[in-house]
Amino acid sequence: MSTPSRGERAFIALNRFGLGAHLGDESPDNPKGWLLGQFQAYEPKPAAMSDLPSSADIFTTYREDSADIRDLPEAERRQARQELRQRGQKLYEAEVEARMRAALASQTPFVERLVHFWANHFAISGDEPLVTALAGSFEREAIRPHVLGRFEDMLLAVETHPAMLLYLNQDRSIGPNSVRARRAAEQDASRKPGINENLAREILELHTLGVRTGYSQQDVTQFAFAMTGWTIAGQGGNDETGAGTFAFKPQFHEPGPRTILGKTYDQQGMDQAEAVLRDVARSEATASHLATKLARHFVADSPPSSLVQRLQSAFVKSQGDLPTVYRALVDAPEAWEEEASKFKTPWEWSVSALRALDASPEMTATAAQMARQLGQPVWRPQSPAGYDDIAASWAAPDALIRRVEVAQRLARKADPTLDARAAAGALIGPALSKTTATEIARAESPATAVALLLVSPEFQRR
Amino acid sequence: MMDRRNFLRGAALGAGALMISPRMVFAHVETDRRFVFVIQRGAADGLDTVIPYGDPALAGLRGSLAIDPADMHKLDGMFALHPSLERLAGFYKQKQSLFVQAVASPYRERSHFDGQNVLESGGSSPYQLRDGWLNRLSTLLPKTRDEAIALAPTIPLALRGAAPVNSYAPSNLPEAPDDLLTRVSALYDADPELHTLWNRAMENRGLAEAVGARQDSATVGKTAAMFLGRENGPRIAMIETAGWDTHDAQKQRLTNQLRGLDQLIGALRDGLGDVWSNTTVLVATEFGRTAAVNGTDGTDHGTASAAMLAGGAIDGGRVIADWPGLSSRQLYENRDLAPTLDLDALIAVVAAESLGLDPEKTMRTLFPGRPFNRKLTGLASA
Repeated sequence: MSTPSRGERAFIALNRFGLGAHLGDESPDNPKGWLLGQFQAYEPKPAAMSDLPSSADIFTTYREDSADIRDLPEAERRQARQELRQRGQKLYEAEVEARMRAALASQTPFVERLVHFWANHFAISGDEPLVTALAGSFEREAIRPHVLGRFEDMLLAVETHPAMLLYLNQDRSIGPNSVRARRAAEQDASRKPGINENLAREILELHTLGVRTGYSQQDVTQFAFAMTGWTIAGQGGNDETGAGTFAFKPQFHEPGPRTILGKTYDQQGMDQAEAVLRDVARSEATASHLATKLARHFVADSPPSSLVQRLQSAFVKSQGDLPTVYRALVDAPEAWEEEASKFKTPWEWSVSALRALDASPEMTATAAQMARQLGQPVWRPQSPAGYDDIAASWAAPDALIRRVEVAQRLARKADPTLDARAAAGALIGPALSKTTATEIARAESPATAVALLLVSPEFQRR
Repeated sequence: MMDRRNFLRGAALGAGALMISPRMVFAHVETDRRFVFVIQRGAADGLDTVIPYGDPALAGLRGSLAIDPADMHKLDGMFALHPSLERLAGFYKQKQSLFVQAVASPYRERSHFDGQNVLESGGSSPYQLRDGWLNRLSTLLPKTRDEAIALAPTIPLALRGAAPVNSYAPSNLPEAPDDLLTRVSALYDADPELHTLWNRAMENRGLAEAVGARQDSATVGKTAAMFLGRENGPRIAMIETAGWDTHDAQKQRLTNQLRGLDQLIGALRDGLGDVWSNTTVLVATEFGRTAAVNGTDGTDHGTASAAMLAGGAIDGGRVIADWPGLSSRQLYENRDLAPTLDLDALIAVVAAESLGLDPEKTMRTLFPGRPFNRKLTGLASA
């Protein structure tokens, strides 16, 4: 194993762990200390996000607007519905821009990267209007406050957030023997409300244990029964208390004890599923699943098992204390390998490019559009598994061309006095190859040189 | 706004060859005269543009780049235009174009950035001046409107400065130009992963191109004419062209580049109609290229190059050159065409004469501290 110099370690800290160097920033003298010090300085509510509405406000406004639309003459409804969708889309774009601006301004880019990591781990996908509108609030409310906490607290926040409950259809999952189901049957015997397993399954498969880790369909179903009652207040109307926030509705809940992964849960009400969540959050399988994903994110598409082992053991010993796991990562020699083997995702690439150029508000205003053009629309992976974290998904011919096109556009908007030759030294530093330095120096215009810097092999990887 | 955007988008697509970004910058000044500066970014090869076919050393130096004299447009017994420059050759016959050889700015190193900085700022060395000579030129003219127009996301250095300059920036920028793509290829050459992907991407692009989606230089010229032709429109314009850095495959690339440039100026002339008689177009580059062909059928960064003047205001039909020769002892640093004419003085004189200004005062304003060349006179008639 090679031992990187301090300059190389600073470069790794800034790029592999952080979100890319800021032009003009000092490179950290003590890379490890710089990373760990961010745990104290992290801001869960950055200034860029201060004006954005809460999920409860978004949810209730949307429901009110929808109700108003139903009262409109039929001829006007279509137009009104379209306008409502557009308002949701506008909010989504503002959320993406705020996310980008926070990423650009962040003094704690390692923690910010972890926010993006966890938001993708607990992916929701804005494929229908209300989830689109709620996507940003999900990350702000469920991920950001818990990124430096315990995994199980983040898990709880995620599984009780309206965006997740809606996206994976938990909000309308009703126990077949619940009060609500019995009443419904009394009124109309043909109506048989029932469970929706979607969220329960994805919690086990994606959020915690991981696929093929020994749970059965029976476990999924039992867990789904336990989850019944986890829903959103105000589904029937906004006059309900706490409309737009999580509610446990006992009348939806399937009564009785549940046996999941060999353990019996005989709690009443909400406590039952919460106990299941806390158990799976602390299990070995979850530790292994998360350790693998973290190692893959930070180090290599196929991470060394020694590193996964370290992270897993830190997770288990600390009962899922995330800063302990992050510290193990920063302490691991495998994480400081000189060779940058991670190909940046479009999001990572655009964040690092905009940081490198010290982007103007004009450049961040189109963050959502840029992400879409680059093939990774924010919060829209169209799958609860989130976006892939391996090069094969992103290093593609068309994707490269798109990066070159976007790089060219950014370079033209960049400060025209920016000298890419000097910037290459500062931003790529010790990793700068002779070829890249030469091609940048030979570029026929300053803008071309900046574009070349942004698409150089060194800048495409971290 | 919509019309303009659509129009400009049209400029970015269509069929043509020259890699001209539709970047034009205009300044408003009160005069009937029009002055257009076309910059060739990337160091255009003057020896392949205004070809010294009468110099006995040329054929030996150029090797695989050699052009059959029968295909050239002869200007006189010594110089000929590249075969692609049909319209410019036509203007020459009408005494509306003039060519200058072995000309250079005061810059003597070989960096594009620094060379363009000197060319555009008008300083004697890179970063000595912060504003551009074209901006200072517009301050010399009487003004009725303090508004100026650009067609670019940023204002090029030559037009930056105290005089206000606006810009038209097409919202939808064209796809990456071939030059950038070529450079990216070089960038990825040593990277096995990216190299393979990039090659495939280029193949795909080639297929798409067969269907037709390239920048159309004639449209750029037409667009410029549309702005400049208006009675109350801008009087000074700058057009940026790129793709001149022909380190390889120069023969084909320059054939395309020069054809595009020729089409641009031809379309500008056609679009301007009667206004052409009041118009001066100056084409210049930051420096020239090596006299000899390199190992990849191209040329590397050099020193002196050629400049071109066209327009109804030009006293044309001649070549201005204090020809230094091409034998090895005549070459600058044993490799480049030696500079014998100062580009700064040429610019000052042609700008002053075209716009009816005092040449010496123009020289002092545009290129402070640089020597005026009294021998250069009568290039244009105001």
